[in-house]
Amino acid sequence: MAVKTYLEAIREGMRDEMRRDDRVMIFGEDVGFKGGVFGVTEGLQREFGEWRVMDSPLAESCIVGVCIGAAFNGMRPIAEIQFQDFILPGVDQIVSEAAKIRYRSNDDWNMPLVIRAPFGGGVHGALYHSQSIEAMFCGVPGLRVVVPSNPYDAKGMLVAAIRDPDPVLYFEHKKAYRSIRGEVPDHEYTVPLDRVRVVREGRDIVIFTYGLMVDTAVQAAERLAPDGFSVSVVDLRSLRPLDRQGIVESARRCGKVLIAQEANLAVSVSSEVSAIVAEECFEYLDAPVMRIGGPEVPAMPFAKPLEDAYLVDVDKLESKLRRLAEY
Amino acid sequence: MVVANRAARAIAGIDADTLRAMYRHMLRSRMLDERIWLLNRQGLVRFWVSGMGQEAIQVALGMHVRPGHDWVAPYYRDLALTLVLGMTPRDQLLAAMAKADDPNTGGRQMPAHFGCRRLNIITTGSVVATQFIHAAGIALASKIRGEDAVTVVTTGEGATSEGDFHEALNFAATHSLAVVFVVEDNGLAISVPTSKQMPTPNVSDRATGYGIPGVVVDGTDPVASYLVCGEAVARARAGKGPTLIDAKVPRLTSHSSDDDQRRYRTAEALETDRTHDCLGRFAARLGEQGMLSARDEEAMRAKLLAEMDVATAQAEAASDPDPESVLLHVLGDA
Ligand SMILES: Cc1ncc(C[n+]2csc(CCOP(=O)(O)OP(=O)(O)O)c2C)c(N)n1
Ligand SMILES: [Mg+2]
Repeated sequence: MAVKTYLEAIREGMRDEMRRDDRVMIFGEDVGFKGGVFGVTEGLQREFGEWRVMDSPLAESCIVGVCIGAAFNGMRPIAEIQFQDFILPGVDQIVSEAAKIRYRSNDDWNMPLVIRAPFGGGVHGALYHSQSIEAMFCGVPGLRVVVPSNPYDAKGMLVAAIRDPDPVLYFEHKKAYRSIRGEVPDHEYTVPLDRVRVVREGRDIVIFTYGLMVDTAVQAAERLAPDGFSVSVVDLRSLRPLDRQGIVESARRCGKVLIAQEANLAVSVSSEVSAIVAEECFEYLDAPVMRIGGPEVPAMPFAKPLEDAYLVDVDKLESKLRRLAEY
Repeated sequence: MVVANRAARAIAGIDADTLRAMYRHMLRSRMLDERIWLLNRQGLVRFWVSGMGQEAIQVALGMHVRPGHDWVAPYYRDLALTLVLGMTPRDQLLAAMAKADDPNTGGRQMPAHFGCRRLNIITTGSVVATQFIHAAGIALASKIRGEDAVTVVTTGEGATSEGDFHEALNFAATHSLAVVFVVEDNGLAISVPTSKQMPTPNVSDRATGYGIPGVVVDGTDPVASYLVCGEAVARARAGKGPTLIDAKVPRLTSHSSDDDQRRYRTAEALETDRTHDCLGRFAARLGEQGMLSARDEEAMRAKLLAEMDVATAQAEAASDPDPESVLLHVLGDA
């Protein structure tokens, strides 16, 4: 099996699906001739033409709204938002429209739409090119919110998202684009959009996390192994809906739960996972649920020491893990 | 009513049958609208937002749409437009009474939130202006597939202040998409007059900035409206791009059943609106041309009244949505 980057896997997912289904199209800023600011759609306009890989105007409500219209009229659009930070002008179209179209029409219409956007920091992106604002969408019924953590999932989940009959927000960690590699089959496959994946099996503690933090969590878990602590790492993959059963199983088995994320903690994915664990695993817990994430500041600053202070790295995760292990 | 000796065959090239059909559509919508107001006052309809006064432009537009082939992104005053396209008084009474079989929303949304997949009328929500961009996207899909379908989208003039209006016109004009933008310009956004909404009196003035035609039309004149809409639809169908139509209409009712316009409008303004009612003026005009006698008109009314009575009874007798169904249709196959 070929080893590919996270970015190549995403591109391949789109390319393969566009070859199979001529309803699939891509619409976003700079996605055409340039191939996107990160190069994710590179080469696709050459293969599929200007109408199916189309440069949008610089207007996010237009990007989402045009894709909604195209989906009404039989297309399977993929909207690319250049940075997750800039999705906000398109939120009305996502939350008031896309998310509600099936429900408000009593199932007369549905909205097969994928919205891709890179998120996350550690790339000197400062306040407006580093954010992790996925939680804003995780409280919205009618949406799916997914985050792949590795190339295999990136391709399989994207193909599944394109085929899904409802709006899927597909968030890509931009630092993973070229730093995370893995085996990706050339053949057609999908990865379910609503199942956790146990990345590392352990008995004593489980870390629930998603995105690039999965990699960080595995590294931290390995550091505890010599001391006899067996740490499980579970990739949430789907942030909405959360895989309740998958979360409960691992939490009950391990009895100690750490939730790690790059975003700040207030009203976040970690809050919802904690609530599930509190509701369903009380009798199985050996320690209070612990969480680690970004600080309660508006966003990630630019200067290297400030960025480092913001981010959860392997060292910070390890020390949190040790506190939980020793509880 | 002056009756001509000999019936004219056409007005401005529009034949008598078409003109009579248009009058019937307008009257049917008006009578349905009046019925729903009555049911609202009786407590059987909890909320209504009316299209009274705006029927002529809606009917004129609808006459050029090929239902199920062309696409329509309507707004809440488009009762007459939905009837022209093939929805029925029964459909809209089921919606007004929030019944399970309401084909628009199954009783989930307020009345007048139109939608019908069979007729390519997209589902509409309450957030004004979002539909403009959907129309552009629909037209993009038609263009990608090389189809000649036209997309029409309507709105009030107030909603044209929203950013989505600009984003849609900008995109549709840039790619010469087959969209007809129709502003049903009643001069008011709830209580806010045009003078506080925009710097020029006509929304269509903005068309220049997008390099597309902008047309002002008397939206109470079915003949003028028919010609303007026909030209815009033909232009779109021929691949020549969008048109922005600014149809001046009166708002004959308060903004909605929860509003009382006497609190912010003068008696003179209300009276002026009444004299601009499209319905009576069109009946008189057809009468003068010998195309519709007073007796024809009465017979038409009697038939429509019977239709409204039957539809009202059917809607009243229809089932409410099952409380358990509140959980359905969030995502597919769930
Ligand atoms: C985004 C948004 N803001 C506010 C409202 C509340 N609202 C509903 S209708 C309306 C006035 C609309 O005026 P106009 O566009 O001129 O249409 P008209 O009702 O006059 O036909 C307002 C403010 C809304 N529905 N959506
Ligand atoms: Mg208005």
